[in-house]
Amino acid sequence: MNTLTEKSKTDSLLARILDSDIFHSFIRSPVTVVSAIVTVVMIVAALSAPLISPHNPFDPATLNLMEGFTPPMVANEFTGNVYWFGTDAQGRDIFSAILYGSRVSLLVGFAAVGLAAVLGITLGLMSGYLGGWVDALIMRIADVQLSFPAILIALLIFGVFKGIIPPAMQDQMAIYVLILAIGLSDWVQYARTVRSSTMAEKNKEYVQAARVIGVPAPLILLRHILPNVMGPVLVIATIGLALAIILESTLSFLGVGVPPTQPSLGTLIRVGQDYLFSGEWWIVLFPGMTLLILALSVNLLGDWLRDALNPRLR
Amino acid sequence: MNMPAQTPAPVPDAPLLLVEDLKCRFEVSKPFLNRVIEREPRRWLKAVDGVSFTIDRGETFALVGESGCGKSTVARLIVGLYEASDGRIVFDGRDLGQLQSEAERQRIRRRFQMIFQDPFASLNPRWRVERIIAEPIRVFGLLNDDAAIRARVGELLTQVGLSPADGRKFPHEFSGGQRQRICIARALANNPEFLVCDEPTSALDVSVQAQILNLMQDLQDELGLTYLFISHDLAVVRHMADRVGVMYLGRLVEVADSRTLFENPQHPYTRMLLATIPDIKMEGKRHEIVRGEVPNPITPPPGCTFHPRCPLVNDRCRSEAPHLLPTARGHLAACHAIEEGRQ
Amino acid sequence: MKPPAHNQPAGNTPLLSVRNLRIEFPTRRGTLVAIDDVSFDIARGEVLGMVGESGAGKSLTGAAIIGLLEPPGRIAAGEVLLDGEPIHTLPAERMRKIRGRRISMIFQDPLTSLNPLYTVGRQITETILTHRDIGEAAARKRAIELLAEVGIPAPDQRVDHYPHQFSGGMRQRVVIALALCAEPELIIADEPTTALDVSVQAQIIDLLKRLCRDHHTAVMLVTHDMGVIAEAADRVAVMYAGRLAEIGPVRAVVQQPQHPYTRGLMGSIPVLGADVHRLVQIDGAMPRLNAIPPGCAFNPRCTEAFARCRS
Repeated sequence: MNTLTEKSKTDSLLARILDSDIFHSFIRSPVTVVSAIVTVVMIVAALSAPLISPHNPFDPATLNLMEGFTPPMVANEFTGNVYWFGTDAQGRDIFSAILYGSRVSLLVGFAAVGLAAVLGITLGLMSGYLGGWVDALIMRIADVQLSFPAILIALLIFGVFKGIIPPAMQDQMAIYVLILAIGLSDWVQYARTVRSSTMAEKNKEYVQAARVIGVPAPLILLRHILPNVMGPVLVIATIGLALAIILESTLSFLGVGVPPTQPSLGTLIRVGQDYLFSGEWWIVLFPGMTLLILALSVNLLGDWLRDALNPRLR
Repeated sequence: MNMPAQTPAPVPDAPLLLVEDLKCRFEVSKPFLNRVIEREPRRWLKAVDGVSFTIDRGETFALVGESGCGKSTVARLIVGLYEASDGRIVFDGRDLGQLQSEAERQRIRRRFQMIFQDPFASLNPRWRVERIIAEPIRVFGLLNDDAAIRARVGELLTQVGLSPADGRKFPHEFSGGQRQRICIARALANNPEFLVCDEPTSALDVSVQAQILNLMQDLQDELGLTYLFISHDLAVVRHMADRVGVMYLGRLVEVADSRTLFENPQHPYTRMLLATIPDIKMEGKRHEIVRGEVPNPITPPPGCTFHPRCPLVNDRCRSEAPHLLPTARGHLAACHAIEEGRQ
Repeated sequence: MKPPAHNQPAGNTPLLSVRNLRIEFPTRRGTLVAIDDVSFDIARGEVLGMVGESGAGKSLTGAAIIGLLEPPGRIAAGEVLLDGEPIHTLPAERMRKIRGRRISMIFQDPLTSLNPLYTVGRQITETILTHRDIGEAAARKRAIELLAEVGIPAPDQRVDHYPHQFSGGMRQRVVIALALCAEPELIIADEPTTALDVSVQAQIIDLLKRLCRDHHTAVMLVTHDMGVIAEAADRVAVMYAGRLAEIGPVRAVVQQPQHPYTRGLMGSIPVLGADVHRLVQIDGAMPRLNAIPPGCAFNPRCTEAFARCRS
């Protein structure tokens, strides 16, 4: 017992993390560990795509039409090159395309979640702390938005921006519009969760103690309440990341997302499905599998996080 | 009760705090749409309904009563956590409702502090203790350089019986009593003259309660503090307070100095409350009968709100609310029976 | 801390006998011993007060007796005998029969012990029907009688009301009626008055005391409030850090506490009439379960500790 009390006194962050209940619950769940490893590997691979991908799929000079439709793990009949995941109609290496595609998907996913979280947390904090008509207004907007499917909202926002942005800039701006569309369609959850946690926290005595000495409301929200409502937000953000990636793919699949010159996983799937019935199954299968595994791992991580942060379920 | 002039000048022997006809009501109506559809009027809970008292420098004034009597609301009104719907709060000659600028408000706020009931909820779980205690110092700009602040925090921790090294820890590493010490250290950080203590020991075990009560007394002797002490525990109030106000359903029913109140309770409610104190030494004291419960404060009884539980009730009590009046024994009591001498 | 001689009341088998009870909580940081070597008896019709500060293990002892220990807590050693029969080894199904029929519970918060969706009459009637072989009409009649007995005015109307229609004190009266309806031999009352206002507390204690005398029901009264013990109990067991510090007749313990902890505890309670400027204080706090000192658990806070206490 003595060594344990000694250890808890050491102040190093690493020691505290290794000794925490969260870390232990993480280690004890093999599914979570595997999901975490898969997620990290996929993120690292996507980030380092230019370094590790065998080809640059966007450099037309490296493409060889003779290599089109090479099946996976089979030597091309003209050049003898072997591709792990095969090639598409233009002879583009699917593996490299997936690496670059995940980059776009993850970028859009993270940025959209970030946007949704910032927006939702800000509105949720205001709504919960101020109450009254501010609360009523924000929450009614949230209710209205929630009564439409997220994809419809995203399509609507996308359509509006398509109308505003001049056609010459559209391809260039597509990715930002996509982030905006997904982010704006997903803030409601954050706002609702943060609002209810804020309403609980603001009545706690540590917040009242700050009010007694006249700490201004924005500082109370930022320094006292925000750190204490972040737990549930983290859970939603993790699960939201998986949803945002899927939503991005759906939009790209429908042809309203990123342009084919800068393909995401969704774009790759859309392009690939044209060849599904002519026998070139690999063009759609591998991007599809990547999307599935990525979304599943992130989702499993989110599930674990929700359970680990909720003491009642432990 | 002192009735001050319209513009009271800060006189040294004037009371430090004067509360006059304080009222606070909370809306408990149903949501707007339900009210319109169900044709219900707005409903209000009169949490505090015309309370007046004064607190002198260096004394401990206690408010005692059962849940729903409004004692905590009075505390929160005084420190500005709630807004009064009527009445005045005058601190050292300054009417708190009349303060013009934020800077002026901050100058008054610097002079009082509050200690809360639940030591597990009153410390931000994500902050280190030193940051918690330093917050008032930083907010009021009392010290500016970090080394001086750290030294002051260490001094405060020592003053409440903890060690300066405890400042590096997080609140969850402390027991309930130690946390309440941290709360006291925070409350002392801006050198206040006046402390509002809202049930400071009712979440603690008795042996720890004794430690905290002793600490509060020591600090009062040392720093000349004035306390408003809120509690439901009569024995604790008897131990701590110089003067006591007994509250029932938002009103003061009796005010007297501690010794005379406990030796000679006048108001029937005070007498009933005293009868509930367990005979802990088992000396065979006989109890008066205790009956009934506190009614729902949204729909209080008419007249004297205590009349359904009062043994001395008559028709006047059922229709006319009594006012706080001086009694023959020098108490203030709000009771028709005492006024008329039917005892 | 050997139980003193008067721990065993003279005569035949005590109703409940707890022998050398030890409760452990295995955690990943090692096993915590929450209750260590606790022994006491409760005679028929006796009110045993179990007093101690939060975390002393008093509620845990109660939970262990009726087999409601929350996992991973487990009885590691010792035995619980009801009328001489061990009940701590009974399978869950048979324990459930004993619970309610022979031993019943009263909890701190009356609102959580009543089902908000059913009328109080239905809840009492159902409990009577599961434990006694009488008809529905007779059970309802009995429910009304019980409500009258616990002091609920107009019981024949109130029997059809829902729990939220009762005030806090009235609800706790209903809970007591519910606990009594199977005519149990022992009631474990866990902080039955803590959630109530002081003026209601006194009424509930009086009621509990009177009913148990009338029905000859034994009570294990778990509370942190020495005042409640002094008002209601026949004997009192003082717990500290999962061990018994002192056990004896209430008057003796309250007026001449023997154990230094009990003395400190009694001195730390403010008393009306006594004009003390400073309360007796026990320095420090009760140790956490993972840091119970060797020897007597109280020794670091004890003013009379000597070498033997520390080992």
